[in-house]
Amino acid sequence: METIVFALLNGVIYGLLLFMLSSGLTLIFSMMGVLNFAHASFYMLGAYFAYTIMGATSFWIALFLAPVLVGLVGAVVERYGLRRVHANGHVAELLFTFGLAYLIEEIVKIIWGKTSVDYRIPDLLNFPAFTVYGASFPAYRMFMLFVAISMLVGLWLLLKKTRAGLIIQAALSHPNMVGHLGHNVPLIFMTVFGIGCALAGLAGVIAGNIFVTDPAMAIQMGPIVFVVVVVGGIGSLEGAFLASLLIGLLQNFAVGINASFADIFGFLGLTEAMEVGQINISSLGPMLPFLLLVLILIFRPRGLMGEKEL
Amino acid sequence: MNIRKTAILAAATSAIAMGAAVGAAHADTIKMAFIDPLSGPMGPSGEAAYTSFQLAAEHINANGGVNGDMIEVTGYDNKVDPKESLVQLQKAIDDGARFIFQGNGSSVAAAIIEAVNKHNARNPGEEVLFFNYAAVTPAFTNEMCSFWHFRFDAHADMKMAAITDWIKSHDEIKKVYLIGQDYVFGQAVAAAAEAQLTEKRPDIEIVGNELHPLAKVTDFTPYIQKIISSGADAVITGNWGADMQLLMKAAAESGSEIPYLTFYGGSKGAVSALAEGGVNRLYQVSEGITNIEASPEQNALIEEYKQRFPDYDYYYHRAFMAMNMFDAAAEAAGSVEPIAVAKAMEGLTIEGAYGPFTMRADDHQVQQNLYISTVADGVTYPVDNTTFGWTLVDQGTIEAAAAEQPTTCEMERPE
Repeated sequence: METIVFALLNGVIYGLLLFMLSSGLTLIFSMMGVLNFAHASFYMLGAYFAYTIMGATSFWIALFLAPVLVGLVGAVVERYGLRRVHANGHVAELLFTFGLAYLIEEIVKIIWGKTSVDYRIPDLLNFPAFTVYGASFPAYRMFMLFVAISMLVGLWLLLKKTRAGLIIQAALSHPNMVGHLGHNVPLIFMTVFGIGCALAGLAGVIAGNIFVTDPAMAIQMGPIVFVVVVVGGIGSLEGAFLASLLIGLLQNFAVGINASFADIFGFLGLTEAMEVGQINISSLGPMLPFLLLVLILIFRPRGLMGEKEL
Repeated sequence: MNIRKTAILAAATSAIAMGAAVGAAHADTIKMAFIDPLSGPMGPSGEAAYTSFQLAAEHINANGGVNGDMIEVTGYDNKVDPKESLVQLQKAIDDGARFIFQGNGSSVAAAIIEAVNKHNARNPGEEVLFFNYAAVTPAFTNEMCSFWHFRFDAHADMKMAAITDWIKSHDEIKKVYLIGQDYVFGQAVAAAAEAQLTEKRPDIEIVGNELHPLAKVTDFTPYIQKIISSGADAVITGNWGADMQLLMKAAAESGSEIPYLTFYGGSKGAVSALAEGGVNRLYQVSEGITNIEASPEQNALIEEYKQRFPDYDYYYHRAFMAMNMFDAAAEAAGSVEPIAVAKAMEGLTIEGAYGPFTMRADDHQVQQNLYISTVADGVTYPVDNTTFGWTLVDQGTIEAAAAEQPTTCEMERPE
């Protein structure tokens, strides 16, 4: 029972964090038509910016300032980099973001060093929120949950309930038409890219201190975010949301399961004595998202909620 | 005019540079390569050891060097990847290094042992020696033992013997949970724990035996919750580097009081993650801790290290001992040729701040005192820039003779 409760709590928080990253990525995908390989790098920048700002001022200022800064960096990248590269087609864009990811990593290494920085959670939130089944649940994780849900609601309101959101949605699917109606489509694209990066930055701010803030954090997070976007259906926010929660829960539940292959597939004649039989479900946790990716691509190429095939 | 001036200047500079290069080659340098992670999640583990070796070399050089020759340690970043390590090993050998230090990751050490064995068989007269300061899979000094490999850290079975002896004297521990990194080392630790616990405390129930991917897990919370719900009274782990730090971060968050018996609780960040929660809860087995009585020279060394490298603490005592043992062996042999050094090192004993180090000739496994320590507040030498540091537990000293384990090594020696 406690396994289920904990896996549920942690899975939802991790899932929402993934959504914060993948929502921006999926919006940017709708816009550019290719995946942004550098997206997780903006997540990393968010964590590092927050670390530096927190050192000079406080966590609360960092919480607002760092995502804004990351968003600005993203906007500059779109305006002076991607927009020019865009003329040369999708392959050039893809290679550009690929190179950018490495560039950001190297810059981070030069500025903040090759090893992890000591980015801590604020003292104000450093206490147990409640205790379930003998384990306390940290207040900071509840705060993460709160930030993630606020962001989710905010993004939904922006896109679905405001005029700006309507124009953004229209520009993503029919840029020429929106342009002919007199809207500045390049500006909209720059804004979307900036907001997408700022969301990734926000994820970095709230996750960097509970996990690790080091130059490898982008590479560690990157593949999972791609899995979320592909499983959810490329360009679909609802799909990204579902896939984020699914993967968050899947990974957390897998760790909690003690069964081995021999226990599950015993009816096929698999025993503990065989190498395959010894594989434990919990050790498969990190692999499950990729298994899901492969299965989705085979059986449902447009993803859970996607409209077009990859 | 300007161009000519520049040309003359350039010629002059290169002449000086060449002169310097010739001069340097004349005063012999002993090139040593340090191959370990110097970036990424395991970077701090490598960096802490690299700085220790560098300081040790500086001290030897300042005292007249090895037979008058100066030691130069160069770092090669292997990212804890066996394949990358072999590339770096070749680079190091091409750069003229004849002595290789490595320790982080038994998977890497296994690859280096094999590569060094091959290299030495194919290039007689250009042998290299591998000084392993932290890869503790027992096989390296048992069935896989090699004349070219020397280990300066107690292996997993030796450290586990210390831990299981401690558990033996604590009757209140009835259920033990094992968690480790999923590769050859983590598996060796789990196997050693199972075998030794069954022998020493057959009444103990092993309630969990978990292996997680190496340096991949960012959030250990689900693992910690599994440990709590298993009802364990103690956890044994061989985790090191970021995996140790993050495990402790999650343990601190959970607020549980289960003690952790570790090989590498001294990994950077583990003590600061737990802070006061680590007192009598985080234990480690090591070859020396800074807060036991030692000579003024040793304490001066600890302080110098902290002053030079404020991000780290004096932890890799064995790095200094390995360097000193190399120095002693090379002086005894009157040579820095690898084979001569290796032969002089066999059976050699040197005095250290926390007891003697003896290189057992049979298997090239160092024999030294082991110490079980736990976290305490207000110690002389705290770690992680907190007020907490390591203190010896009651009867925590295991003499070298007691820590010794048998070997199955059948070594083949040159000539």
